[in-house]
Amino acid sequence: MAEATANGLGQHTLHEAQAHDATATGIAPAEVHQEHPIKLYLVVWAWLFVLSACSYLVDYVGLQGYLRWSLILIFMMLKAGLIVAVFMHMAWERLALTYAVILPPILVLVFVAMMVFESDYTLLTRMVFFGAEP
Amino acid sequence: MAETTLTHIGQTQPRPAGLRGVAADWSSDQRTFKNVSWGKAMMWIFLLSDTFVFGCFLLSYMTARMSTRVPWPNPSEVFSLHIGGSDIPLILIAIMTFVLISSSGTMAMAVNFGYRRDRRKTAILMLLTAALGATFVGMQAFEWTKLITEGVRPWGNPWGAAQFGSSFFMITGFHGTHVTFGVIFLIIVARKVWRGDYDTGRPGFFTSRRGRYESVEIMGLYWHFVDLVWVFIFAFFYLW
Repeated sequence: MAEATANGLGQHTLHEAQAHDATATGIAPAEVHQEHPIKLYLVVWAWLFVLSACSYLVDYVGLQGYLRWSLILIFMMLKAGLIVAVFMHMAWERLALTYAVILPPILVLVFVAMMVFESDYTLLTRMVFFGAEP
Repeated sequence: MAETTLTHIGQTQPRPAGLRGVAADWSSDQRTFKNVSWGKAMMWIFLLSDTFVFGCFLLSYMTARMSTRVPWPNPSEVFSLHIGGSDIPLILIAIMTFVLISSSGTMAMAVNFGYRRDRRKTAILMLLTAALGATFVGMQAFEWTKLITEGVRPWGNPWGAAQFGSSFFMITGFHGTHVTFGVIFLIIVARKVWRGDYDTGRPGFFTSRRGRYESVEIMGLYWHFVDLVWVFIFAFFYLW
């Protein structure tokens, strides 16, 4: 991962950014160009294939219950992590952007917890008033 | 506004890293995202809002599935294809997953070649990405057709809980729309790269602003996001 070119203002050459950006604002955004070897992308691509195949196998083999659900979640998180970190270059961004983008979706888990309670309650009332069998 | 944004541009000493850096970057009277252009930052914020849209869809699907007394149709059987005399579970969905992941791979390489100013390779890889995306949409259209002819409707289906159809059409429909728009924009950006717009500084058709090769990376962010959403849909809707 050390191949990442200039990832902070400190290592950044300012004239380069100004050369790239001659926009009307006159403000040179000090953005950094991500350059990594092609091999890195090919390796991640291969891993995504392997992980997708694994999650497909979970269904093909017919695992059930908690083993199935935890494996699905593990493979899902690994794939999502690889895509965001490497393909979307999040691993090389400053933490200010990483936290701004990653933290809010994690807070959706609170919403998930609320809706789990809500649907349990709905199911309970449906069973009480309409019976357990459809 | 220009003064605030300019305040730290001439700065040469390195910014602090880690949590201290987060606090420093988010402090007042300066631009927060130091080494990210406005275009890239806005794409990230758009993707964040899109995350909430898809998050709400998946949440409503979870709520519908958890709260119904009627058994949920088994996706493994519903999405199986009859190939070579036997039913292979989820095979079309698996192929779609591999196609979309491949398109993400080609897009990542297109971004890389874009920054190396290799116009030809960038444009070809982007068009390849668009072709894979179009293939994905095509297979999705096939899947929709198959399910509709089998009697799946937003209000019911032959196998179980009625909410299956509405969740399916809503979630995959919205995702397919995202892929379709991605394909259109991929072709537009690929054409600009091919023509050398980012080298000659040709003003854009719509914004009249000069583009940069960063547009390829921003396009890539959107495309990878589409792939990312599919990872979650695949896990929660098709495999769960």
